[in-house]
Amino acid sequence: MYFAKELLEQSSTLRKKWEDEVRKVIAKNPDQKPERLWTTVSDLPIKRLYTPEDMQDMDFANDIGYPGQFPFLRGNQVTGYRGKYWTFRMFSGMGDARTTNQRWHLLLKEGQTGLSTAFDFPTLMGYDTDSPKARGECGKCGVAIDTLEDFLVLVDGIPLDKVTTSMTINPPATALWAMYCAAAELKGIPLDKIGGTIQNDMLKEFIAQKTLMCPPEPSVKLISDTVEFGTKYVPRWNTISISGYHIREAGSTAVQELAFTLRDGMEYVEDVMKRKGLDVDDFAPRLSFFFNSHIDFFEEIAKMRAARRIWAKAMRDRYKAKDPRSWWMRFHTQTAGCSLTAQQPYNNVVRTATEALAAVLGGTQSLHTNSLDEVLCLPSDHAVQIALRTQQILAEETGVANTIDPLAGSYFIEALTNEMEQQAWDYIHKIDEMGGMVAAIEKGFPQLEISDAAYKFQQQIDAGEKIMIGINKYVSEKVEPIPFVEIDDRVEIEQIERLNAVRRKRDNKAVKKCLDDLKNACKKGENVMPYCIEAVKNLASVQEICDVYREVYGEYRDPGLY
Amino acid sequence: MAKRKLRVMVAKPGLDGHDRGARVLARCFRDAGYEVIYTGCHQTPEQIAAAAIQEDVDMVGLSCLSGAHRYLFPAVKKLLVEKGADDIVVVGGGIIPDQDFQYLYDNGIKEIFTPGATLESIVKWVNENVKPRN
Repeated sequence: MYFAKELLEQSSTLRKKWEDEVRKVIAKNPDQKPERLWTTVSDLPIKRLYTPEDMQDMDFANDIGYPGQFPFLRGNQVTGYRGKYWTFRMFSGMGDARTTNQRWHLLLKEGQTGLSTAFDFPTLMGYDTDSPKARGECGKCGVAIDTLEDFLVLVDGIPLDKVTTSMTINPPATALWAMYCAAAELKGIPLDKIGGTIQNDMLKEFIAQKTLMCPPEPSVKLISDTVEFGTKYVPRWNTISISGYHIREAGSTAVQELAFTLRDGMEYVEDVMKRKGLDVDDFAPRLSFFFNSHIDFFEEIAKMRAARRIWAKAMRDRYKAKDPRSWWMRFHTQTAGCSLTAQQPYNNVVRTATEALAAVLGGTQSLHTNSLDEVLCLPSDHAVQIALRTQQILAEETGVANTIDPLAGSYFIEALTNEMEQQAWDYIHKIDEMGGMVAAIEKGFPQLEISDAAYKFQQQIDAGEKIMIGINKYVSEKVEPIPFVEIDDRVEIEQIERLNAVRRKRDNKAVKKCLDDLKNACKKGENVMPYCIEAVKNLASVQEICDVYREVYGEYRDPGLY
Repeated sequence: MAKRKLRVMVAKPGLDGHDRGARVLARCFRDAGYEVIYTGCHQTPEQIAAAAIQEDVDMVGLSCLSGAHRYLFPAVKKLLVEKGADDIVVVGGGIIPDQDFQYLYDNGIKEIFTPGATLESIVKWVNENVKPRN
């Protein structure tokens, strides 16, 4: 029991007295809105007051503990943020590789401490810029990468052995990671010295983000290949970033984000153990996570704390991991794009700052803060700078990094953390009963749960039951124009010219041989990574590699559930 | 004779996977009493136009958040016109900058709904502007 019996009795007596007074006051001065509307943004009911009684079932050692110790509720790092702040990692990519490389150098100069790559849609989906499917998309939502030549321009002047780079890439993750490995090799940096992350989380693509290529089963196989390759040869690389961000953006609740993300993580752990025969402690310490930080401040903090505790329990008790580093959950956070508004866009700075603060109090290891203009276009240099400065102000001015997990022991935070953990486990067990996450996805279960939540939220916005300033309250007719970044159509034409030049100069026989070897590896179930590295070194394109996967494993089409 | 229900298609052209708006609208149209066809993500303009004709819809709602709407929306409209289905109303939504509205109107997109539009306002517009084709 967390509190002594006497204290709980005292609390109970005083609470009843307080409740009597509340009844009297609201009889005269009713609350501003009815009981059912005092909820989180995810619709979790919140009580007017939390007391010691809400924490009475907790066990200090097992449920709270200390930083760097099981259950990691209070964070992974023994020294908290005193040794090192979270990594300031702004997600960026636009136009061609040269333009993005310039943005990266600007961000590093301004004090960013890690890189994060946004690719354009053709790259994300494994198509070359000249594919008919790619028309009109080149460089629009990120950087266009077709071959290793583009990639070398992207990382020009970036010290790959010093800066860690995250790449948001999923179906073609093997191809892009192969390019990173090849680029390091060409710069004379051994693979065991490079560090970074590939998102490489296909389960959440089927659930939410819909960057799709092959069916779930072979998609998971390719991911297990990267885990195995990383474990053996690239030990500082996070081979999966198990992501809740996109699940949340697609309209899930915080609990759904928590549950589906962690259950995805469990699916990968099970597959690598089963398919590759690796011991859980060989690879689990390199698994990483990625969460959304939405606008409901305490809900987000509780979610992140609960995530660490659930993962620690799952790894220790469910998968029998023995290394404490297998128990810890390291995660990156991005503030919520879907919480921002195109209307009165400068308000987005305030939203982002609040969400970033929640991520810090939730103990994130790495953070992207959205720019105020990202609801409208790619961020301008000025907007990105404000977003980066938001993190620097939090870290160095506000004092929030002075002490570890400052909200621990709050009756409310601990009760909410417990509640969210419990609801997440309920989902996890339900998915277990369905036969795991791949089976649940095939049934459409997580997809439809998210659709329910998204539709309900929109109805609540329309009814004014949930508020978005500038959308359904304090609406202003006055338009605040902001500078608008646009990608010129020339970028597409020039990128296609570059790609054609590579195709003319490369040894096409060698490329064909590499792709045939990759195809054979796929058919035999071998690890594809060595073949991918060879192929990209010979200037095979992203699409050429992905076409091999499509041919061998088949193509997956969005079933269009709603 | 009872009036035929409106048949509407919600479609995601291009490579964009941001389908939250499309999914919410598909449900909203269903609840409004329309017959709804949702294509799912990653449809080419050719696939969308062919499906719209085959399904005999009265309206196609296109959703795009990737910035490729200037190519994709007019492409769908053009294909419909070429196939003799110029009476299928085409509307669009997503992240569409104000400065692109006129270009899209000029290319046959009848209305554009951007973030902040209520479900009610969209259904009202459809009820007033889209009639069952014969």
